Amino acid sequence: MRLNFKALGLAVALVVAIAAAPPTPQAKELHWAFQGDIHSMDPYSLNETFSLGTLGNVYEGLVRRTADLKVVPALAVRWELKEPTRWRVYLRHGVTFHDGRPFTADDVVFSYKRATAKGSDVGGKLASVTDVRKVDRYTVDFITSAPNPIITSEWETWMIMSKGWADEHQADMPEGPSGAGASYAHLHENGTGPYTLVSREADVKSVFKAYPKWWDAKNHKGMPDRVVMSPIASASTRVAALLSGNVAMAYPIPVQDMKRVDDNAGTHMLVGPEVRTIYLGMDMFRDELLHSNVKGKNPFKDKRVRQAFYQAIDEDAIAAKVMRGLATPTAIMVAPGIIGYEKSFKRLPYDPEKAKALLTEAGYPDGFELHMDCPNDRYVNDAQICQAVVGMLAKVGVKVDLLAQPKAIYFGKILPPKLDTDFYLIGWQPDSFDSWNPLYNLLNCPEGKKGRFNLGGYCNHEVDKLTAEILSETNQKKRAAMLHKVWGIVIHDIATIPLHQQALAWGVSDKITVKQRADNVFHWYHVDMK
Amino acid sequence: MLVMIIRRLVQSIVVMLTVGLIAFAMFRYVGDPISQMVGQDTPIQVREQMRQELGLNDPVVVQFARFVGNTVRGNFGISFRIGRPVSELIIERLPATLELSLLAALFALVAGIPMGIYTGLRPDSWLSKVFLTISLVGVSLPTFFIGILLILVFGVLLGWLPTFGRGDVVHLGVWTTGLLTASGLKSLIMPAFTLGLFQLTLTMRLVRSEILEVMRTDFIKFARARGLTPRAINFGHALKNTLVPVITITGLQLGGIIAFAIITETVFQWPGMGLLFVQAVQFADIPIMSTYLVLIAFFFVVINLIVDVLYFVVDPRLRAESSPHGH
Amino acid sequence: MQRIREIAHQVFDSDIWYSFTSSKVTMLAAVVTIMFIVSAVLAPLIAPQNPFNPGDLNLMDAFTPPVWYHAGMVHYVLGTDDQGRDIFSTILFGSRISLLVGVGAMLMAMVIGVALGLLSGYAGGALDNFIMRVADVTLSFPALLVAMLIDGVVRGIFPNVTQDQSAIYVLIFSIGVSSWPPFARTVRGSTMVERNKEYVQAARIIGRSPAAIMGQHVLPNVMGPVLVIGTIGLAISILTEASLSFLGVGMPPTTPSLGTLIRIGNDFLFSGEWWIVVFPGAALAILILAVNLLGDWLRDALNPKLR
Repeated sequence: MRLNFKALGLAVALVVAIAAAPPTPQAKELHWAFQGDIHSMDPYSLNETFSLGTLGNVYEGLVRRTADLKVVPALAVRWELKEPTRWRVYLRHGVTFHDGRPFTADDVVFSYKRATAKGSDVGGKLASVTDVRKVDRYTVDFITSAPNPIITSEWETWMIMSKGWADEHQADMPEGPSGAGASYAHLHENGTGPYTLVSREADVKSVFKAYPKWWDAKNHKGMPDRVVMSPIASASTRVAALLSGNVAMAYPIPVQDMKRVDDNAGTHMLVGPEVRTIYLGMDMFRDELLHSNVKGKNPFKDKRVRQAFYQAIDEDAIAAKVMRGLATPTAIMVAPGIIGYEKSFKRLPYDPEKAKALLTEAGYPDGFELHMDCPNDRYVNDAQICQAVVGMLAKVGVKVDLLAQPKAIYFGKILPPKLDTDFYLIGWQPDSFDSWNPLYNLLNCPEGKKGRFNLGGYCNHEVDKLTAEILSETNQKKRAAMLHKVWGIVIHDIATIPLHQQALAWGVSDKITVKQRADNVFHWYHVDMK
Repeated sequence: MLVMIIRRLVQSIVVMLTVGLIAFAMFRYVGDPISQMVGQDTPIQVREQMRQELGLNDPVVVQFARFVGNTVRGNFGISFRIGRPVSELIIERLPATLELSLLAALFALVAGIPMGIYTGLRPDSWLSKVFLTISLVGVSLPTFFIGILLILVFGVLLGWLPTFGRGDVVHLGVWTTGLLTASGLKSLIMPAFTLGLFQLTLTMRLVRSEILEVMRTDFIKFARARGLTPRAINFGHALKNTLVPVITITGLQLGGIIAFAIITETVFQWPGMGLLFVQAVQFADIPIMSTYLVLIAFFFVVINLIVDVLYFVVDPRLRAESSPHGH
Repeated sequence: MQRIREIAHQVFDSDIWYSFTSSKVTMLAAVVTIMFIVSAVLAPLIAPQNPFNPGDLNLMDAFTPPVWYHAGMVHYVLGTDDQGRDIFSTILFGSRISLLVGVGAMLMAMVIGVALGLLSGYAGGALDNFIMRVADVTLSFPALLVAMLIDGVVRGIFPNVTQDQSAIYVLIFSIGVSSWPPFARTVRGSTMVERNKEYVQAARIIGRSPAAIMGQHVLPNVMGPVLVIGTIGLAISILTEASLSFLGVGMPPTTPSLGTLIRIGNDFLFSGEWWIVVFPGAALAILILAVNLLGDWLRDALNPKLR
């Protein structure tokens, strides 16, 4: 047996030669990476920001949002209130789906039915609509159960599908990701949007190309011709892919790597406050906490204890160290850009002495013990925030056992029906960009459909009453006053401990310019390839 | 020998089923897939209904029976997360993992055996000491750390190699290969090195100690006495006698390589089965998890068998023992 | 006293002791290993900070560089991590966890493996076959997979047991339960050889349990190889735990092992806070290297053919 050194040398030479070969540039081709993949090509299967945001490149809603999140016409050109409960919507002429079928009122009626059918996850976006009627080929009426001034707010992500196409491929019923068989719409698309799907391998790579007949193409001359989307789960690998130029855009970038991306020749960061609010919730409905050494009573029912927790936590330190300055501490449960946000509300100051005094006053001079639940793969540095909170509470004598777990386990534990938690960290982003959504879902008394995600069971009937009025109030001034009042109550009650809005963290190559949306949605027509 | 193979197979299947049942009983605890299959404001009732429809509320035994029944019919179910048949996904991902694993194993052998021989024959030379030290450092750091360091140096700082994925692949029927394109080959270098490093060290040290041992045996001494050249002794006699343990370990390690590919694939976003499995665990995607485990066990049984068969081919003594007429 | 002197005499006069003292590298490895063990045991006394007590940490001190940097602080010699933990103290406490997991897992594997090996080799037949097939299947589920599954199960069954409390047992159990086959195979081989020897037959005749007497005779013979497997296995277990922490099922970041520290530090490799990963990485590498060298020496020293 003789080692063939010649062959080995040749192989090494070949490898070096391959390694040294320059990459071939493609004309206006955009490669980009996100931490995960979309779940389906069906725009009704999962109501989740990234999935719907990405599908927004292929499908379109009746309206869309600009880069600064204003609602503007898309497949609808205008809409008007005919009666308090009847909206008339005029559709855009001359739009075609990717397979060439024309877009008409029938498609809107069909899309309403499909989106509200069993198996659809986006029905909530049309919750107030009781019927959609075709008036003529390009006009439809939306009938609502009660006056709804913000009816269009969630329509960007209710995307219009083609009736003819769905009928042809038996895709007329939505299937959640649990669907028994791979439905046609799950793997194929037929939208009206700026891009069509070329090929797709889940978790590996999806390739899209520009749709030449897109109605708005003339206003987006610089947009890429081809888009290659590669999910990269590991944060370091994602950053490396951007730094090395393997992708031209990647997000989210971990906060600690932003400086590196900025300092690197050829890449820069695009940051801004995200509309998601990260907050801490407390169980205040049980008579006794599930995992505490305090028996016979629930300390969180006492506002002084909630305030002590609030003031024991140094949110500024969290923002500065854990988030590296890329978080905006907040006193209110909504972010700037959401209707109802006001910067006049101030956080209670960090004051451990006061916190200790409050605890003593409430009858816990030596603190107490409880559990805290936290995801470790959902929000930016979520587990690290919780770790820091545990340390800060320890300094005022409260001993917290931290359970930081992957989201699959975390949400199963804390969401109803289990609601197995004393104290938890969670984030919320209102899809409608209106305060009504978090008030109704997070802060109303949990009864029926109200307060479905009010895991701590905070209940103030005045808040409920105001929330209901806010939904149907059409006078903007009155509505603003009501919003101010209701947020004041929530903040005064310390219903939750709001922490911050995390920062959007997009890493971008200097070769392109990108418009960033505050809801972390990436639309490729917002890219200019120069 | 055929009887032995069949008996081994049957035994393995029985034990696999038992282990499968235990593993399956565990799945119900790994998390709630529903919370990730629906959006944040999906009502609780809808979530509960989905759980019912997916059969997640059935007793473990019923779920397991359903799984075994379907598996026997070649139906591995539909992934909760991706919404496609698991068998399709596995077929898509298998080539990536196999190419990576085989290349890593090949690298470990091609580099490890010569290094082992050298260090075994010249235990006191400085090069041997260098080999031994470097190889030890290689097994003293966790794989993921080595992977990230490689990415940092060769991907980011030097910019020579791609940092993630498989590059361009060529479709040959159902098989996809990265071996035929420049970007595919470039993409393979770092992951294969990372994955193979541990095995390389193992192979090298094994060959070395076998050589050391063989060189002291009487029959090498006889060979020397007979005046054979050192080359003939080293390669004709010594190496041949080290082959059996090397085959065993390599065979056993191949299963380990496929499993350890989980880490390498996660670091390099390598689109293989390991990555699929990791993401399935995070999502509590039961159909993918169970299929992956069954497949890994199956590979292992097959590899074990091949190793046993190779024994017979390589080592005449074993052949003699097994044959009733041999004595 | 006399007895102790005898033992001491035996030890220091033995070939093994001779081969030990004649290799400087081995002696160094032994010293390093002992230092690790001592400092791990005494960590609470030596360490300037208790990094496992969240109340002792100061978030505003996070990311302090090592002391020789301008921004360094005297009481954080090797700097601090993202939670303001002193790296030096964390390494001491982390080695303690890593060693605990490694030694615990290996002891467990050794007990299971030796017992099953004796049983398998002695009983033979169907039982032997069954045990060996179980060993095959066990090998086909690497510790990595087993730990991921068991971790999930423990969390599912005890949703409120924090990882601080459970992780170490989960890790010891899962690594231990998947590492016994090499022990079993070695012991089984030796047992099969002993089984047919005359003294076993004799034992049966005089009415003593052959199993008991075999255990007494087999065990001393196989202790050498078992020790070698155990030493190498110790290094592999510690590394496996490190890999597991990368997959999120190792020790939690609140009570980190060396592996968890490296995983955390990994995130700060690109951002320039190199000390968070480099010092724990070096500590782990030195520990594994020392243990491996001891294992090597042990194997060579106990292998009569190599003398």
